[in-house]
Amino acid sequence: MRSVPARAVEEKVRDLCIDINYHMPRDMLQAFERARETEVSPPGREVLTQLLANARTAASEGLPYCQDTGTAVVYIRQGEEVRVEGRLEEAVHRGVSAGTREGFLRGSIVRDPLRRQNTGDNTPPVLHVEREPGDKFHIAVMAKGSGAENMSQLRMLTPADGPDGIRRFVLQVVREAGPNACPPVTIGLGIGSTFDTVAWLAKKALFRPLGRRNPDPYYADLEVALLRDINRLGIGPMGFGGKNTALDLRIETAPCHIAALPVAVNLECHAHRVREAEL
Amino acid sequence: MTTHHLDAPVADAALADLRAGDRVEVTGTLYTARDAAHKRMAEDIQKGREPPIPLRGQVIYYVGPTPPRPGSIIGSAGPTTASRMDKYMEALLQRGLKATIGKGYRSPPVVEAMKHHRAVYLVAVGGTGALLSKHIRSVRVVAYEDLGTEAIREMRVERFPVVVGNDIYGGDVFQEGVKRYAEIQVDAKPRYE
Repeated sequence: MRSVPARAVEEKVRDLCIDINYHMPRDMLQAFERARETEVSPPGREVLTQLLANARTAASEGLPYCQDTGTAVVYIRQGEEVRVEGRLEEAVHRGVSAGTREGFLRGSIVRDPLRRQNTGDNTPPVLHVEREPGDKFHIAVMAKGSGAENMSQLRMLTPADGPDGIRRFVLQVVREAGPNACPPVTIGLGIGSTFDTVAWLAKKALFRPLGRRNPDPYYADLEVALLRDINRLGIGPMGFGGKNTALDLRIETAPCHIAALPVAVNLECHAHRVREAEL
Repeated sequence: MTTHHLDAPVADAALADLRAGDRVEVTGTLYTARDAAHKRMAEDIQKGREPPIPLRGQVIYYVGPTPPRPGSIIGSAGPTTASRMDKYMEALLQRGLKATIGKGYRSPPVVEAMKHHRAVYLVAVGGTGALLSKHIRSVRVVAYEDLGTEAIREMRVERFPVVVGNDIYGGDVFQEGVKRYAEIQVDAKPRYE
């Protein structure tokens, strides 16, 4: 049994929270550049140029890429041969708090959804812990902006709806979101399981590296086909019109009931900030 | 594409030339307000009090900035989704509000109300809070200080870059953009929230 001190988890979460808000992941920057090369709409190209300039300014001047430094979504995969010394949940909570304060990030979380008192330090985070075989301990942090989160949708389709029904729903969600989700977006698509879990599948898909296709060729093909159709909607960068509405779409699936076809579409803005580390 | 210069507060005549899709650089004084400040202004109005900031001819910027580092005046300060403020717009337009700055679309009733009150909606590029922050010259909290990032700030900006989202004639940059570039149509209505 390998031990990981809670203190190390706290420090890693803190560092990741700060890092992702100042340094846009390389795969995203490359995707912006590719999009700029292919974009046919002049205002769309102008937006992509500004996104790249914004990323440079964020890193060089110590200003967060976006003022919505997000809900901290922390996804831990803990090997069954790893034990955390101390309290894991508390360590993650403290890491987010320290990252917010030390990184000059925005407190964007209210303690109660209706009475809405800001907690000030962006806590509590959303925490997912999954067990897996082995002795690895992975921590991934996503700073999830709410503009795109607000435009995400879940629908309980029926088995008869099939891939065509999923296509209709996904296109509808992206079209309804339009400029509000800050395109070019990336999309996490959850299919299967139950009402509660399908949304997590969609979020989990966003943790996969950009362009990492589903290992099942059937779903990999569906990812490519849906992405192509989304980019024919004409919404374009920031909704000003164009061919680059989405940079990627990733699917996660799970078994489901014979009567059910749950589908969740989690939209993510161009400020897709996620980074993973190993302890 | 033409770039207009717009002084804030805004003179009515300055809005006549602006068309959806035009580039504009705003220089002058803005007031920041987002969800919580709008809710509180609406409560003030409902209780028969006037909002704590002047509205006639003014520009509201929908933003909740990140905290400044020591020695800086502000952190990252890009726009938030405008349509969440739609339900508060009519009361503010009646008091003479002339422009708002945000991201995303406005609902048809608000586009109509802006046309009626001859006000414009200006779009800043969402998620470019670092770049936009470089156009801010001074910042001072003027109301609802307890709201923290959501407090109302008076902000002086210089050549703050925006695109006209809705002009005073009812033009809409997003509808025009999607119409020009769509290759497939879907049965979907924008969600104004």
